[in-house]
Amino acid sequence: MTRPPGVIPRIFIPRDAAALSVGAQAVAEAIAAEAARRGIALDIVRTGTRGLLWLEPLVEADGADGRIAYGPLRPADIPSLFEAGFPHAAGHPLCLGLTENLPWLRRQYRLTFARVGLVDPLSLDDYRAHGGLAGLHAARALSPAEVVARVAASGLRGRGGAGFPTGIKWRTVLGADAAQKYIVCNADEGDSGTFADRMLIEGDPFSLIEGMAIAGHAVGASQGFIYLRSEYPHAEHVLRQALAAAREAGVLGGIFDIALRMGAGAYICGEETALLESLEGRRGVVRAKPPLPALAGLFGQPTVVNNVLSLAAVPWIMAHGAEAHAALGTGRSRGTLAVQLAGNIRRGGLFELPFGITLRAVIEDFGGGTRTGRPVRAVQVGGPLGAYLPAHLLDTPLDYEALAGAGGMLGHGGIVVFDDTVDMARQARFAFEFCAKESCGKCTPCRIGAVRGVETVDRIIAGTDRAANLAVLDDLTALMTDASLCAMGGLTPLPVLSALRHFPEDFHRPVPADAAA
Amino acid sequence: MSRHAAWNIEVARSLLDGLQGQPGAVLPMLHALQAHFGHIHPEAVALVAAAANFSRAEIHGTISFYHDFRTAPPPARLIRLCRAEACQAVGCEALVEVARTRLGLEIDAPQPGGEVAIETVYCLGNCALGPAALVDGELVAHLDAERLAALCEGAPVAAVQALPA
Repeated sequence: MTRPPGVIPRIFIPRDAAALSVGAQAVAEAIAAEAARRGIALDIVRTGTRGLLWLEPLVEADGADGRIAYGPLRPADIPSLFEAGFPHAAGHPLCLGLTENLPWLRRQYRLTFARVGLVDPLSLDDYRAHGGLAGLHAARALSPAEVVARVAASGLRGRGGAGFPTGIKWRTVLGADAAQKYIVCNADEGDSGTFADRMLIEGDPFSLIEGMAIAGHAVGASQGFIYLRSEYPHAEHVLRQALAAAREAGVLGGIFDIALRMGAGAYICGEETALLESLEGRRGVVRAKPPLPALAGLFGQPTVVNNVLSLAAVPWIMAHGAEAHAALGTGRSRGTLAVQLAGNIRRGGLFELPFGITLRAVIEDFGGGTRTGRPVRAVQVGGPLGAYLPAHLLDTPLDYEALAGAGGMLGHGGIVVFDDTVDMARQARFAFEFCAKESCGKCTPCRIGAVRGVETVDRIIAGTDRAANLAVLDDLTALMTDASLCAMGGLTPLPVLSALRHFPEDFHRPVPADAAA
Repeated sequence: MSRHAAWNIEVARSLLDGLQGQPGAVLPMLHALQAHFGHIHPEAVALVAAAANFSRAEIHGTISFYHDFRTAPPPARLIRLCRAEACQAVGCEALVEVARTRLGLEIDAPQPGGEVAIETVYCLGNCALGPAALVDGELVAHLDAERLAALCEGAPVAAVQALPA
């Protein structure tokens, strides 16, 4: 979308929270001030982030062949940037050339994130100009059952972590007989190492809104709720404005509307039944299943509960066809995965790729190894309930079944990298500590087991009766796995046991003399 | 000096009035009260219970369940330090030590009447640029001892964000 000469050049500066965290606002102000000082007219557009977070603040300018990228910029770089001819400053050392030619973008398949970083997140015109609302129009031309069949045929599986087929969930809600049904978007993205939901909401909120409207049509629901975690104030700000804009334009209201609800700092509310309790105004305590939320969910009514990325994938599927989506990926993992590379990593960010790329390719080719430059020792995939994998398992492909085969889980697609200074006994202890702090308290294996787990790992670290305490740990993790009500207690053993299996030496370290007392 | 209004039961009532009637109004009500007053005053429990048609015990239960809701006014500067795995991988626990030994701040310890407090949070979604913190609603990346000290001394968040990495 280049413009003829003579038009005021457009400058794109992210307002994504991650970009702001490294000074994007100060850079935007410095650019505006410098342009004013020089009498240069610029049209500054605030966008989401491209997801190449090590390059933030990444500023782009319209060029003859596409957008030109500059980054990472500091306010102090701005005068020299203009000196070099900004917005056409190809000679500046921080000029990265055409954005679309950046290798980490060129190798991606941006379906869900196609517009993120490209458009003004709050402009419906921009959204439409980049293919927005085509999916909703296509869906409303079909019967609900046809929409459900198309989503099922696409192979889309729940992106929140469990990987349950979205089409089957929708079919259940469609088949349920009730006067009121609900679409609930789970935007309680609590897993450490994940930020895809936040990035999508801040960069392209209308795609989520459109996906929910399609879901409403597909199952016969007139009301949607987005449950967003309170740790994301920037996403809240964008979403409130986007919902108002969608309502004003008639995209929402009438046959389908959405209310935004904020969480209050409870990790467990990412579990779907705890989330529903929280939406109803109560403590986020997990419900026993059955009944499934699809049959008796929010306020007892049939409810679709889907992750942000599952819902945001639907407009693309409706607009481009189920086959185009199913053609990407591997095995039973179809479509794309929002790989989120985090922790001790040189080039961290979000890369949308077909399922099946290996951990090694992501960490080495995209990530460039650790930020500290030390060897990778452990990688936690899938959030705090995911396994720690050692360096020799890095050739595992990123798909649901392959990760499970390696003793882990893919979860929401977060990858946290640790270098060789990590103490895996400490990480195992933290898994229990986190569970103890965040357990809803309903079931005993989780509520008590997590506390006993911290105590047991402490004894092992301290060198107290190690063999006996390792046996206790074995017993305790088996009990938690088998008898917990939900994934919180049921999967906390995963990081613990993977740390024990792959890094046993960390549990048998000599005890420092001063700690042996 | 506080960013928040002093507790006033009439103001609280009018805040709740605007939220009555919507399904599942309890969390929106508690958030509205905390946004205005900085905390949930003990007298608010009965008000929310009446407005949402819940028992006082249920409202107390809800308030006490969620980490966000505080029952005493917050300090002038609240630093929410991420201590989840991605930030652990880049040294957030060392910052806990820095806070304790160099800045004299115990993490998660109540600081009655204090100007600044540091609280644990698990994940702010800035996992590629950690250690991260949320301060006055703004996100800070690449936290180190120097940045943390500046934040504790009340430096503007924007100034800390713009520091070279």
